[in-house]
Amino acid sequence: MCKECGCGLGGTPQILGGHGNVEPATSAAPAGPAPGPDPGHEHEASPAHEHPPHPHEAGDPHAHPVHTVAVQRSLLEKNQRLAERNRGFFRAKGWLVLNIMSGPGAGKTTLIEQTARGLQGRLQCGVVVGDLATDLDAARLRAAGVPVVQVATGTVCHLDADMVRRAVQQLNTDGLDLLIIENVGNLVCPADFDLGEDLRVVLLSVTEGEDKPLKYPPLFHSAHVALITKCDLAEAAQFNRAAALAHLQRVSHHARIFEVSARTGAGMSAWLEFLQQEHRRVRTRAL
Amino acid sequence: MHEVGLMTEAIRIALEEARARGARRITALRLRVGTLSGVVPEALAFAFDLVTARTAAEGARLEVEQVPAVWWCRDCEQEFGGDDPWPACPHCGGLKAELRQGRELEIASMDLV
Repeated sequence: MCKECGCGLGGTPQILGGHGNVEPATSAAPAGPAPGPDPGHEHEASPAHEHPPHPHEAGDPHAHPVHTVAVQRSLLEKNQRLAERNRGFFRAKGWLVLNIMSGPGAGKTTLIEQTARGLQGRLQCGVVVGDLATDLDAARLRAAGVPVVQVATGTVCHLDADMVRRAVQQLNTDGLDLLIIENVGNLVCPADFDLGEDLRVVLLSVTEGEDKPLKYPPLFHSAHVALITKCDLAEAAQFNRAAALAHLQRVSHHARIFEVSARTGAGMSAWLEFLQQEHRRVRTRAL
Repeated sequence: MHEVGLMTEAIRIALEEARARGARRITALRLRVGTLSGVVPEALAFAFDLVTARTAAEGARLEVEQVPAVWWCRDCEQEFGGDDPWPACPHCGGLKAELRQGRELEIASMDLV
């Protein structure tokens, strides 16, 4: 397991003993044509290929000259490919898809609950919720009458495109207009994983402090929309609004900023109106 | 960050490429890592030993090429460098810079036998 943040290994480690198969045959084909084996070396890429133990030292050039091959493949390519597939599917459906990200406790679930309630009769919402464990968030949303699927990510600290694809297959999507993906509460790892969303939405609660955008710039920079949440608590938390806005404008300079309190409803109408506009834009594109 | 997960994916790709080329072993792996990718080279090296154990890449040499950040200022349309995660443009003081290079996470090449 990852020592930095608790990320899992991302699947069962595959063992390559001698010339055995590296992984199941379902793995993706390598990009582009592979150059042939080096001259004078008759290896075939076959799992049945036999190769007796070598008496000579590893790296001995007499039988196996080292050759360098260019690879140039991104470590995130698999997720990127799956995210593009999701995006194509979502677009064909005409759904507006949000990827909601924040640190733990910034108010993602409450915001989603109130967003779904506020849009009732205007847009039909469905939610995919990611958490390391429990379905407490899903239960809250279900109680609010929103179709919801929980993804328990285990030790993985972010959602990836494949988890979202599998979750959406379980979701009741009849008449769906707006798919809201609640990412794992984490301001670091979700920044790197495209899920196929239209809009990346980052939350900054007034109780977290104004400097979060400066401390976690990749995630804030990648956001299309930034919401300052729990504005009803701003005074009690001695929230410095001007500093927060300045930090957001610096790091998330292209993002739309909304200031809301999901609890009191303050600022929510502008946010809901924005979602309706975005939904119209997406729907027009799908037609 | 998630160096173990990333290195697992790196080794998966490397072994796939090595197999497709009929290679027996991977003796060196070269990664290009942007200075603003959020990935820590030391943590990558730690993950590399862990993830390559009992694979055709066991014992291979890991070389990490750090790719410096290059920014492009949207205001004055000039490039500049620097690893400040959200810098002001040194030419005009503008804050609307876009990152052109520095978030790379890729396998550049490898040595096979």
